[in-house]
Amino acid sequence: MNHIALLMENQPGALSRVIGLFSQRGYNIDSLSVAPTQDETLSRLTMTIGEEGADINQILKQLYKLVDVVMVQNLSEADSLTLELAIIKLNKDKTDVEGLLNNYEFEREILDEKDNYTVFKVLGDTQEIEKLLSELKKEEFLEVTRSGTLGMTKGNESLATNDQTKISYD
Amino acid sequence: MAKVMTSGGEALIKALADENVDIIFGYPGGAALHIYDAIYQQDRVQHILVRHEQAATHAADGFARATGKPGVCLVTSGPGATNAITGIATAYMDSIPLVVISGQVPNHLIGTDAFQETDMMGISRPIVKHSFLVQKPEEIPVIVKKAFHIATSGRPGPVVIDVPKNLTDPNEKFEYKFPSDLYLRSFALYDEAENSEVKKAVKLLTEAERPVIYAGGGAINSNAAEEIYEFGKLMGCPVTNTLMGLGVYPASDEQFVGMLGMHGTYEANMVMHEADLIMAIGARFDDRITNNPNKFGLQAKKIHIDSDPSSIDKIIDVDVAMTGNAKKVISQINKELKAMNFDNKKFDGWMKKAMQWRAEHGLNHNMLDQKNPGDIILPQQVIQSAYKATDGKAFVTSDVGQHQMFAAQYYHFNEPRKWINSGGLGTMGFGLPAAMGVKFAFPDETVACITGEGSIQMCIQELSTCGQYGLPIKIINLNNRALGMVKQWQDMQYGGRYSSISYEDSLPDFIKLAESYGHVGMKVEKLSELESAMEECFALKDKLVFLDVYVDPDEHVYPMLKAGGDMSEMFLSKTEKTFE
Repeated sequence: MNHIALLMENQPGALSRVIGLFSQRGYNIDSLSVAPTQDETLSRLTMTIGEEGADINQILKQLYKLVDVVMVQNLSEADSLTLELAIIKLNKDKTDVEGLLNNYEFEREILDEKDNYTVFKVLGDTQEIEKLLSELKKEEFLEVTRSGTLGMTKGNESLATNDQTKISYD
Repeated sequence: MAKVMTSGGEALIKALADENVDIIFGYPGGAALHIYDAIYQQDRVQHILVRHEQAATHAADGFARATGKPGVCLVTSGPGATNAITGIATAYMDSIPLVVISGQVPNHLIGTDAFQETDMMGISRPIVKHSFLVQKPEEIPVIVKKAFHIATSGRPGPVVIDVPKNLTDPNEKFEYKFPSDLYLRSFALYDEAENSEVKKAVKLLTEAERPVIYAGGGAINSNAAEEIYEFGKLMGCPVTNTLMGLGVYPASDEQFVGMLGMHGTYEANMVMHEADLIMAIGARFDDRITNNPNKFGLQAKKIHIDSDPSSIDKIIDVDVAMTGNAKKVISQINKELKAMNFDNKKFDGWMKKAMQWRAEHGLNHNMLDQKNPGDIILPQQVIQSAYKATDGKAFVTSDVGQHQMFAAQYYHFNEPRKWINSGGLGTMGFGLPAAMGVKFAFPDETVACITGEGSIQMCIQELSTCGQYGLPIKIINLNNRALGMVKQWQDMQYGGRYSSISYEDSLPDFIKLAESYGHVGMKVEKLSELESAMEECFALKDKLVFLDVYVDPDEHVYPMLKAGGDMSEMFLSKTEKTFE
């Protein structure tokens, strides 16, 4: 499992170039999350590649080669944090849901309750969320949506956006 | 300076002029009409009207390969854009700088399945270095400048600019400003190599016993021929070139062991197999070179110079990786070798070994002296005859197949950019339009297109373009009445079951065909008449000559690497091979 963080130009077509690199090579992207950063000209992606045997170094080099990609980092090789949000709807009442979640450590919140259906969110480690989802398989499980893993390195290191490269002509 | 007001169409052409573009190849159509109107109203940029958009891209590509400058083409939306795709992919695979401008339906119609609408950005995405969809007409000059910079810098490649029709409207003018500087965020370019890497490379080079220099298309792209020649002389070891690299090291030099790989010479492949150091310069260890990568160069340490970091450690892991411009990195290495007065005498025995391999199974370059039963012509003899008639000085383009390999093996290229072929994608139909691009770039030079009767029919319509612009290209057609390379594989691997390779009864009369376009057609069927016909063909300086040469239909290209084997495992002829 590799988590890749990437900064790219926030413009049409940029995301398809990034995604295309994976589909061209027959690799599957397990999760993907993308949104603009504090600099609205840049988008930040976190993606998870589960593929066994995928040559991650080659993927990183190919990603960095894209003109729209500003910076790439393999979070799995750095000291980093990852986090995922899931919103889940179950055919249970609030008390049952709370009971179910008691075995888990992640942050949770009941978002809505109506006609014996409960919508709640959990926020935490991807693996723990997946553990919950597999437990829910035996329940009358209605719907789930996940943010995909988000990640960032700890400490002073960051996905720095290098200054613009100026190319001068005589 | 007074303000210059232009429309988007005018700005596009003006920006091309500001990029010093003299010539573009294209084909008009609805979405590109405003641009064509802008072309009509100026005479700085010449437009060449081809007969099919694929030919426009190949002609621009041939121009780029011969000159080192970016080739430019202009096509309309929809079918114009999709017809250009094969040519864009051809340039992409061989890292050739192209700028392809495609018309697009007006902005408000994008996504509505409008007439002649196609998603050019989407279709071309995997085969371009980058692409731009113009959003505002004022951005056109900046986009053009970025496109040229991206196409030509680092590892070159094709760049598409997709221009919606309404953004070129002649009635909407804006102030034209061509940028003097460019800003590209995080656009990494590699120039010289790290000094520590240079030192490591020099250590491996000087400590080796059996080094080989293996140079490819990247060496030509970075104009490194002079430096590589000096490097070769400093090392005194065997030098081989890939199909894409032919000419970057002079073929007539005594250290040159010929092309390597699938149809490389026996000596080049043996040298690669036995070497204890492989120095790759602008070459990417592709499958036509390495054969089975798990059996490749097992005895050798490897040094790799490439402008694209993603080419390094992609197929073969190397000991010293030098990301940089081959010309500059080789200069760095040469400087070190000279400073230490490196004595290359210790490679004499290794060089002798290479020559011994050549003596055992090298190519016969004197086949013109031999007589064949029935006065039949062998394809190799046609190439040797063309070499002789042109004194080895022609620009040679080719299509794809047996004739391409024979040309690569037997026409000795002593200079870079003289051999122009589709190596990576292997595009049949490339040869004739590429020759047009070369001829426009070098009107006074001899340009030959070595082709086969299969390939030439894939862009034969360009005989009309050659007529319109008076391009005296020499088309040498190795006519074996079948798709020769496919037939060879069917002979060798499919028990001679010739599936869909023959059209003998329906071949056109190429002589009459050439004549119908106003050209000269000549046919040769006998070896005894080959040389005089070839001389006559090249002596007709002002005419396009279609020389239709009937060659032995049963000849195979050898050597040929055994599928899945190592580089020493070759078929040498129909009866000889180097392995059990």
